[in-house]
Amino acid sequence: MKKIEAIIQPHKLDQVKEALKAIGVDGMTISEVRGHGRQKGHKEVYRGMEYDVDLLPKVKLELVIPENRLDEITRTLVAAARTGKIGDGKIFVYDVADAIRIRNDDTGEAAL
Amino acid sequence: MNQIKRLCCCAFPVLAAFAIPALAQNVSTSVDAKLAILEASSKAAQSAGDNAFMLICAALVLMMTGPGLALFYGGLVRPKNVLSTMMHSFILMAVVTVLWAVYGYSLAFGQGNPFIGGFQYLFLNGVGVAPNTDYAATIPQQTFMIYQLMFAIITPALISGAFAERMKFSAMLLFTVLWTTVVYFPMAHMVWGKGGLLNAFLGGSIPCFDFAGGTVVHITSGVSALVCALYLGKRLGFPKEPMKPHNLVMSVIGACLLWVGWFGFNAGSALAASGLATSAFVATHFGAAAATLGWSLAEWWRMGKPSILGAISGCVAGLVAITPASGFVRPFPAMLIGFAAGVFCFFMVTAVKSKFGYDDTLDAFGVHGAGGTLGALLTGVFATNAINEGLKDSSGKLLPLGLVDGNPAQLGNQLVGVLISWVLAIVGTLIILKIVDMLIGVRASREDEIDGLDLSMHGEEAYNLEA
Repeated sequence: MKKIEAIIQPHKLDQVKEALKAIGVDGMTISEVRGHGRQKGHKEVYRGMEYDVDLLPKVKLELVIPENRLDEITRTLVAAARTGKIGDGKIFVYDVADAIRIRNDDTGEAAL
Repeated sequence: MNQIKRLCCCAFPVLAAFAIPALAQNVSTSVDAKLAILEASSKAAQSAGDNAFMLICAALVLMMTGPGLALFYGGLVRPKNVLSTMMHSFILMAVVTVLWAVYGYSLAFGQGNPFIGGFQYLFLNGVGVAPNTDYAATIPQQTFMIYQLMFAIITPALISGAFAERMKFSAMLLFTVLWTTVVYFPMAHMVWGKGGLLNAFLGGSIPCFDFAGGTVVHITSGVSALVCALYLGKRLGFPKEPMKPHNLVMSVIGACLLWVGWFGFNAGSALAASGLATSAFVATHFGAAAATLGWSLAEWWRMGKPSILGAISGCVAGLVAITPASGFVRPFPAMLIGFAAGVFCFFMVTAVKSKFGYDDTLDAFGVHGAGGTLGALLTGVFATNAINEGLKDSSGKLLPLGLVDGNPAQLGNQLVGVLISWVLAIVGTLIILKIVDMLIGVRASREDEIDGLDLSMHGEEAYNLEA
C-alpha cells in the first residue's frame, strides 16, 4: 500500500477529484493548508502598510491506494493538477504499514 | 377691455366700503379667529414636517455609530480583537446617553459662559415638547436634544480607532466619560451653544463656521486619537508582524452605512426640513463621491492598484471634510473639498504616518483629524450666502460669508476655531490619559494583548466556527 500526499492549487481541486473518480478512486481526505515551495509570495498593501504574503493557500489531498495502481493514479493526478506555472504543487509518496477499517476490523488492502 | 377692468377695480372697493361697516362686528372677529386657526395649523404642519425629518435624522446619526462605525472599525482589526473594537462603539451608545441626560446636554446647550453651558437643563429639567427657540423654533426641544446626543456618541467612538487592540476596557470607559465631559461638551458649547465663543449665529465673539461638526466632532476626535496613539505606544509587534484587516467585507458595509447615515448628520444639522437641509445633503453626497475618487486615484498612482479599503477610506475622509462646509457651500466646491480631502488623507495615512512611525491603529487621526482640519479651513474659502442666509446686517442685507463672497477675514476665524479645537483636544486628552493611567492603567497587559482583547477583556470570541 502507498500513501499519496499531493499539495495542489486550490482551484484545481475539482478537476483532480473528477479525474480520480473517473479511474475509480473513491476515498480521499482533503485539507486547506498554507505553504510555499519555490513560488514566491505576493505583496498586499493596506493603507500604505505593505505585507509580503509568502504562505499561500493550497489544498492537500491524501489518499492510500494499492501499490499496483500507484503509477496510474499519480499520472492521472499530475495531468489534472498541472497548469505549467510555478506554484502547481508537489506529490509525495509514502509506504504504508497497514490499514484498518474501524467499522469491521478489515485490514490491509481490504480496508481501503 | 381695459375700461371694464378699471371699472371693476373701482367698483369693488366702493361696494366693499358700503358692505363692511354693516357686517364689521361679526366678520372681523370671525376673520381674526380664522386667521389664527390658519396660522396655528400652518405652524403645526411645519412643525410636523420638521419634526418627522429631525427624528429620522437622529436615528440615522445613531446608525453611523452602530452598526456603521462598529462594522467599519471591526473589519479592520485582527480576528482576536473584533468584538472589543465593536464594543468600543456599542457601549458608548449607552454610556454617553446617560451622561447626556444627567449633565451633558446642559453643559453643551444650557445658558452659560462662552466656554461652557450652565446647569439649567441638568437631568433634562425643562427639556420637553415645547421648542427651544434659540436653537430650533419648529421642533420639540426633546427632538433637538436627542439629535445632538447622537453626535456626542459618535465623537468618542471615533477616537477608539486609535487605541483599538491594546487599551484596557475599564480604562477606555473612564477615559471616554472624562473626555466627553472635558473636551466634547465645552467644544460643542463653544461652536453651537448660545453665546458660545465660536458661534457665528448666536452671539459668539469669533464667528467660526462649522455646520455639522468639523471642529466639534472630527478635529477633537482625530487629534485626541493621535495623542492616544502616541501615549499608548505601538501595538506589540507593530510594524513588523502582519496586522492585516481581518474582514474588509464588514468594513465596506460599515462605510456604506456611514455614507447614508451622514445625510442625517449633515442635512439634519439644518434642524428643519428646509432648503438648507437639501444644500447640505447635496454637498455631502458630492463631497463623498469626489473624495472616493481622489483617494482611489492617488492610490492607483502611488501603489499601482486601487483598493476597496482605499475607496472606503477616501469616502469617509470626504464626508469628514465636507461636514463643516455642508450647509455653506455649493455642489461644485463641495466636490473640490471632497477631492482634496481624499488625496490629502491618503498621503496622511501612507506617507506621513510611516514617516513618523506612530501606530494610529485605524487611522482616526489621518482621516478625521486631517480631513476635519482641511474641511474647516476650506469652509472659510467656499462658504457663501447664496447657500446660507443665516448672517444679515441690521438692515436685513446678507453678509458675505467666506473668501468667495469677498470676506477673506473668515479664513482667520476658521483658523482660530481649528487652533482652539486642536489645543483643547491635545491638552484635555493628555491630562485625562495621565489621570486614567495613574488610577487604573490605560494599556492592556502584554499577555492580554497577545491573547486578544475579545478573550481577555470580554471573555468571548467572535468566530466560533467549530463549536
